[in-house]
Amino acid sequence: MALTKNDLLKAYRLMRTIREFEERVHVEFAAGEIEGFVHLYAGEEACAVGVMLHLTKADRIASTHRGHGHCIAKGVDVPAMMAEIYGRATGSCRGKGGSMHIADLDAGMMGANGIVGGGPPLICGAALAAKVQGTRDVGVAFIGDGASNQGTTFESMNLATVWNLPAIFVAENNGYAEATAADYAIGAGSLADRAEGFGMPAATVDGHDFFAVHQAAGEAIGRARSGDGPSFIECQVNRYYGHYEGDAQTYRPPGEAEAARANHDCLEKFAGRVTKSAGIEREELDDIDRAVAALIDGAVSSAKADPAPAAAEYLTDVYVDY
Amino acid sequence: MARTITMLQAINEALDQEMARDSSVIVMGEDVVGGSGAEGEMDAWGGPLGVTKGLYGKYGDRMLDTPITESAFIGAAVGAAASGLRPVAELMFSDFVGVCFDQIYNQAAKFRYMFGGRAETPVVVRTMYGAGLRAAAQHSQSPYSIFTHVPGLKCVMPVTPYDAKGLLIQAIRDNDPVIFFEHKGLYETEGEVPEQSYSIPFGEANVVREGDDVSIISLGLMVHRSLAAAETLAGEGIQCEVVDLRTTSPLDEETVLESAENTGRMVVVDEAPPRCSVATDISALVAQHAFDALEAPITLVTAPHTPVPFAGVLEDQYMPDAARIAAAVRRVAGYAQ
Repeated sequence: MALTKNDLLKAYRLMRTIREFEERVHVEFAAGEIEGFVHLYAGEEACAVGVMLHLTKADRIASTHRGHGHCIAKGVDVPAMMAEIYGRATGSCRGKGGSMHIADLDAGMMGANGIVGGGPPLICGAALAAKVQGTRDVGVAFIGDGASNQGTTFESMNLATVWNLPAIFVAENNGYAEATAADYAIGAGSLADRAEGFGMPAATVDGHDFFAVHQAAGEAIGRARSGDGPSFIECQVNRYYGHYEGDAQTYRPPGEAEAARANHDCLEKFAGRVTKSAGIEREELDDIDRAVAALIDGAVSSAKADPAPAAAEYLTDVYVDY
Repeated sequence: MARTITMLQAINEALDQEMARDSSVIVMGEDVVGGSGAEGEMDAWGGPLGVTKGLYGKYGDRMLDTPITESAFIGAAVGAAASGLRPVAELMFSDFVGVCFDQIYNQAAKFRYMFGGRAETPVVVRTMYGAGLRAAAQHSQSPYSIFTHVPGLKCVMPVTPYDAKGLLIQAIRDNDPVIFFEHKGLYETEGEVPEQSYSIPFGEANVVREGDDVSIISLGLMVHRSLAAAETLAGEGIQCEVVDLRTTSPLDEETVLESAENTGRMVVVDEAPPRCSVATDISALVAQHAFDALEAPITLVTAPHTPVPFAGVLEDQYMPDAARIAAAVRRVAGYAQ
């Protein structure tokens, strides 16, 4: 799929929105404004956006505990997300989910997921629904290197092949499952080799390179829409923060995160390329930066001002009929 | 018009009628068709006991054989339910939940609440349970209390063919995840079942025998044994009120408490082991809310706290039978403070 200037500006805006959102959540968390478990996606933006630029609202994704980036790229309302992280009545889940469970079924976002490997079976179901209903929609399961070793992932990849489902498995390998290195925990030589063992085409790409992700995702999603079954993509990437906010990251070599920021910044990489060869001016990107900063500022201000859920709400939404 | 059919036929008929009525209903599971990819007959099995036999011929691709991969296909049923279908997944034996519980417990059960009421998961998991077939420790359990414990799940256990059809149709139309427990010892039970479609609401226990002396609260296969005990006891002048819970979530607390108020004496009969069980739950409910009505201690008749044994002489002792139930009722009936 050829990328128009509008596509490129949209991709930049989404990646910048994710980065700004995560940087701000980091600050607010450190200031004690946010409670609970928060896992930041900063550094991995090109993975979500490179895939999501191919998807429509009707396509479905399942996410991970590190889900903010997937939500933003899939079109979940940003102020509602921030409100959810603050536990507000105005949040995506009305304050009942929190960071790890942001979902918007109407946007095709089947939920961030607190269970590592929880998403791939669900995406087999979304893809099956598309197939049974005769649409050309697809399902995309995002997983990390941690979930790449879960049985649910293996089973889902097999089932997707057996049922020839329009499903794509995107593994964001950021090098660490919590504090355990991917090199230690992944028995196979490469995730792509393993996926091929399940009978599906597999690609390995630089997850900081929007264009590489976009290209691989386009091929995989094209196959799925054409009825040619599932695919697998490994995005090799870095996370700028720890497993969760508050993680001292002593398992990482000193300077690793800083080096990743300096040398593997998807936004810098993207901006350098499009200002050289796509006819986009730096000022256009700066305008986006300013608009995004205002959006996130507004989201934080409104989240802080928004009401908490009514206390009686803790008993609602558990059954539909009684 | 009602005819006499088996519970197996009643379940098949409920699936058939709902699949005919609603094209979003699909059925998936291990060998629910049977013979997929094999060289012999397609639809060879229709499920291990033939419950889904014949549906493939009518509904084709909406009947899906799965690999033996419970995590993936129970999860796929959940994901499909959140994507517009009404899947009925067959978890062949409820004992197998150990390999797929996350998709039921952390995914399906929580979506509606965790997503702020903005998601529905109309999935049914049909599953066999119960002892008595010499199927041993990993194919004989009655783990409904594990599911009943989970907020967001509805748990159903039909006792008659009539209830099986009406409750399964309700389960398929319900917008929450439903675990539908089928006792493997009841499939051949016969009863009158109307041909036309009908549903039975959840959360309404069935008073299957009226009596003023002792209440027997029971569920599943144990309801039949409780009725047999009640028949014997009637000959001795003890009139039992037998309540079939039908669903443990939602639980019809009112009918249980009314029965306690009526008789003041209660025996709870449960095929499962005794700790943290439906039996202890009913007992706690009555102790909390009908204490003043009680004229005797609530007595539980349950399996022991052991795995289900294989040998007939062992398994027959494991399962509560009519004689044990009757003995418990006599103790309760004769209790004087």
